[in-house]
Amino acid sequence: MNSSSNSGSIVSLREVSKLYGRFAALRTVTAEFSAGKLYLILGENGAGKSTLLRVIAGLIHPTRGEVTVLGASELRTVASLFGYMAHAPMLYEELSGMENLLYFAKLYGISDAAKCEQAIRTVGLDPKLTRRVGQYSQGMRQRMSLARAILNDPKLLLLDEPFSNVDVISARDMARLLGEMRDAGRTIFLVTHQPALLEQIADESVWMSAGQIVAREQGVSAEAIASGVTPVQRGHSQ
Amino acid sequence: MTFAATLKNTLAKDQRLEWRSKDAINSMLFFALLVVVIFSFSFDLSPEESRLIAGALVWVALLFAAVVALNQTWARELRNSVLDAYRIAPAPLESLFLAKTIGNFIFVGVLELVIAPLFVVFYNLRSIGPVYDLVIASVLGNWALVVNGTFFGAISIRTRSREVLLPLLLFPISIPALLAAVNATTNTLTGEGSVYLPLVFLAVYDVVFTTIGLFLFETVLQAE
Amino acid sequence: MKSKFAVFALITFGLLTWGLYAAMIGAPTEATMGPVQRIFYYHVPCAWVMLLCFPANFLASVAYLAKRNPLFDAFAVSTAEVGVVFCTIVLIQGPIWAKPVWGIWWTWDARLTSTLVLWLIYVSYLILRKFSTGGPNPVLSASLAIFGCVDAAFVWGAIRWFRTQHPQPVFGSGPNSGIDPRMLHAFFINLAAFTCLGILLVWLRFMLEQARQKVEEAHAMKALASPAKVAR
Repeated sequence: MNSSSNSGSIVSLREVSKLYGRFAALRTVTAEFSAGKLYLILGENGAGKSTLLRVIAGLIHPTRGEVTVLGASELRTVASLFGYMAHAPMLYEELSGMENLLYFAKLYGISDAAKCEQAIRTVGLDPKLTRRVGQYSQGMRQRMSLARAILNDPKLLLLDEPFSNVDVISARDMARLLGEMRDAGRTIFLVTHQPALLEQIADESVWMSAGQIVAREQGVSAEAIASGVTPVQRGHSQ
Repeated sequence: MTFAATLKNTLAKDQRLEWRSKDAINSMLFFALLVVVIFSFSFDLSPEESRLIAGALVWVALLFAAVVALNQTWARELRNSVLDAYRIAPAPLESLFLAKTIGNFIFVGVLELVIAPLFVVFYNLRSIGPVYDLVIASVLGNWALVVNGTFFGAISIRTRSREVLLPLLLFPISIPALLAAVNATTNTLTGEGSVYLPLVFLAVYDVVFTTIGLFLFETVLQAE
Repeated sequence: MKSKFAVFALITFGLLTWGLYAAMIGAPTEATMGPVQRIFYYHVPCAWVMLLCFPANFLASVAYLAKRNPLFDAFAVSTAEVGVVFCTIVLIQGPIWAKPVWGIWWTWDARLTSTLVLWLIYVSYLILRKFSTGGPNPVLSASLAIFGCVDAAFVWGAIRWFRTQHPQPVFGSGPNSGIDPRMLHAFFINLAAFTCLGILLVWLRFMLEQARQKVEEAHAMKALASPAKVAR
């Protein structure tokens, strides 16, 4: 079991490629990621960021190469240890937030309603809200989706553009929450087009382009935030 | 998250979803009614003829109504990528399959409860054989349709024209079950011929395909 | 490999020619049915090939799911396509024979009905392959093939027990009842010839599929090596 960040990587990719017919979404990606850090995955559209996250989550199987997450290559065996969030909320529109979470909690073997209530409160929403998720604002939906992702106290959190179409206040709250979770020892992978939100919080920026990781740097550079341009384009060497 | 617990949980959730927004069930019921009416218009039968033919008509009507129901239960999982949330959870995927099948069974069962009495009324049907045989036939036949329908629904997730492909895959494979169900129903209505043989056939069919479906569901759900 | 194929093709062609001669000229005209009975020399061999192809498809599908080797999938699609072709031929020959002899185009007897259902099942298999997003999905196809083949057993049973109104029309007086030895001769030559033809076609399709797989592989290697244009 992976407990401290120097006993090995929490996510390890070895020559991972993902091909869709003739299109290579990921091209021979080899990387190690240590625990307890917040990684920002940045890059242009189509760079492979979402694919990378889905491969780590086990939703996509790599065409080639190996993925090891939390020490396991059979990702379903560690399913209870990670959480995933995409830009689709992964919630039932016809149920209320609490009903959604109660259902998903049971899929993880959690029958304690208090945990669901706590997760909802953590993201800044009211567990007593009976409104159906279909009637939520986008910000509320993303927050509730985050609540679903953290229900099982995951060691590893994979978030794919959690702030898209979210109001600034909700986004800032979520960013702060993520920082707190990282401080508590969780590992977070975050794909976003808004690196500014996590300027103070991110440990490392991972730049992707055309299916490969092209650069990794500490924190979030100001230039990147300003121009949205990758280090490679700025003339950095790898 | 044992198999049984997940099954119960998912089934309860699906039922709550089904009955909360009644649009789906209402439109389905109306569709079933329309199918019965159209068939009744198309075939103008004497009482003896109706006993011979009604069995076939009921099952064909049910087949078409079931397809509409089957399509929409999977559509719900694909909205908002909820299925992804299920796939990453540690809960066993086979229990999702069984839960969906049972949910569809209940749904199609409700349609049966609408279609069958309507046929009785429109054709002035009177069964010569015992009614419980008809009930057994409808239960076994229902399961035969939904167990394969649910599985092929999962297959069609990764196809274009998903809603067209489901009936395309389901109808050929269901032919033996359809034949048996019609045979059982007709033999009960007319009081002639063996009812035991087709019912046993259906039972075996149900067991075999439920087993294969359970066995292959995870493979098919994780295929890309 | 190619030369073996060429040799086998020649043998097949030779057998087919011999079979044609035997069926059309060598064998005498049947007493009751007349010349149309000669369809028998083709009808049964075609059905036989079809009945070889479909179980082969089942085995290939099971093998694929077990080992995930793309060659098994190539074999599966080859046997399915060739099987469907021969199945179609059987379904067309049936009415051609039935009309002059029985006066009807179609009869719901066990043989023709089962053939029709098998045809439906395997056509749906081919449609699934065509409609899968991102190209034929071998896992989905293999799963469907397993359903299809198991179902075939139930089809046989259902038609035998639940559609009893339509007795089997017999082909002549059956091939084993004091039949002229020249007819048997023609029959077995054609049986061998069509078996070879079936194998030849599956082989050919298999090579095509292998080639297609290699082309895709080459494209994939190219895509991995250099940044592709973003295909959105």
